[in-house]
Amino acid sequence: MSDEPIIKFDKVVKRFGDLTVLNELDFEVKKGEKVSIIGPSGSGKSTVLRILMTLEDINGGVVTVGGEPLWHEKAPDGSLVPASETHLRKMRTQLGMVFQQFNLFPHMTVLRNITEAPVQVLGLSKQEAKQRGEELLELVGLADQAQKYPHQLSGGQQQRVGIARALAMRPNILLFDEPTSALDPELVGEVLNVIGKLAEEHDLTMLLVTHEMRFAREVSDRVCFFDQGRIREEGAPEDLFTDPNEERTREFLQAVLDN
Amino acid sequence: MLFGIAWDTSSGWAFAVSILPILLIGMWVTIQATVLGFFIALAVGLVWAALKAAPLKIISWPAAVVTEFLRDTPLLIQLFFLYYVLPEFGITLPAFMTGALALGLQYSAYTSEVYRAGIEAVAKGQHEAARALNLSGGRTFTHIILPQAIPRIVPAMGNYLVSIMKDVPLLSVVTVLEMLNVARIIGDRTFNYLVPLSMVGALYLIMTLVASAGVRLLDNWLPKQGIPLK
Repeated sequence: MSDEPIIKFDKVVKRFGDLTVLNELDFEVKKGEKVSIIGPSGSGKSTVLRILMTLEDINGGVVTVGGEPLWHEKAPDGSLVPASETHLRKMRTQLGMVFQQFNLFPHMTVLRNITEAPVQVLGLSKQEAKQRGEELLELVGLADQAQKYPHQLSGGQQQRVGIARALAMRPNILLFDEPTSALDPELVGEVLNVIGKLAEEHDLTMLLVTHEMRFAREVSDRVCFFDQGRIREEGAPEDLFTDPNEERTREFLQAVLDN
Repeated sequence: MLFGIAWDTSSGWAFAVSILPILLIGMWVTIQATVLGFFIALAVGLVWAALKAAPLKIISWPAAVVTEFLRDTPLLIQLFFLYYVLPEFGITLPAFMTGALALGLQYSAYTSEVYRAGIEAVAKGQHEAARALNLSGGRTFTHIILPQAIPRIVPAMGNYLVSIMKDVPLLSVVTVLEMLNVARIIGDRTFNYLVPLSMVGALYLIMTLVASAGVRLLDNWLPKQGIPLK
């Protein structure tokens, strides 16, 4: 873990119509850090990930990824102008995302889901992509499912394919947007195991939006509690979960941990 | 006699049997016009759909205006226009080509709406996943969105195939010898309209039933989740 932030939100504003979702958010993640984002729904947690994955633009402030502005480009005179699609494409290569609804391509086999982008975008040969795809399936424990289609798999298996697919693009930063929220309770464990293993064995920077408090506590270096478009409180998991400073954090944790 | 085939007017049945080969020649023209018109409608409609989906108004607007025009003016006017007006600008097409083109263009306005609906029905998450994986816009359209949209659009396209088939007799006004035109000529020359027109009706019924059955087979055969890619 170096001290230089790999992700930096500087007074970032995001609005949907009249609704302000991110309210001058300041937020930093260091390289290799595993950060969990918790908070009530509508607090802007997922929006942070979606802005990073360039699925949502921003209305104010600057987001920096790997030292370069994400939604802006430097004009010749040094000022920041809105990013072009070319710039966004370049920046996106650093990031990967795992979606709540998996978003696998239903008409492609599991293996093709994983190899499509490496072949098309990274320019890997089919053979190379296939070999790497099989390794990744091995990693997520689905080596024997390569030729199946997503609808033939359980939700937990589909999400593990989603993780393999994101990893296949070799991102430095992996974003998890409530990866277990759409799963039946008995399938949550297998997905968390894979994420936990990644967190332990790889120096990937990981950003995890989750409602799995116990898991967040186990796996994260830092936990951020989001409320009303800002970070209300952040800290090491053992501090934040056992002895939060803010009353709002305490209320939230009590409400979710009671369930 | 037509197309070098003579008819036998000695009895009703003998007449029917003797003109069947003549009508079948006309039917072959009808099928060709239907197929060609349908493929033009499929191809041009896809172009309209892509243009109308363009983020730039300068591209999407003209496409919307043209398709609206094609949809809201009678096929017969478009047919006359292509047949009588284009030659004044030095573009002369054979009657059959003009007819197929007119059919294809008018129906391209309808098929473009079918494409649009099919494309919009693909989940938003599919676009997001493709974007997150940095797939290009073109690749996303051809390999992610379209294969999933096609099974949804097959039934509606099948309906238009049958509609085009039933509009082919309009081509007779620009001298195309499709099935109905052939039957009318036989009637004019023998003063027996009942037999040839009845036969045309029956042959049409067979064609449309076969076409509908084919579309249903295709619909059942295509997996609902999209055209599979290994």
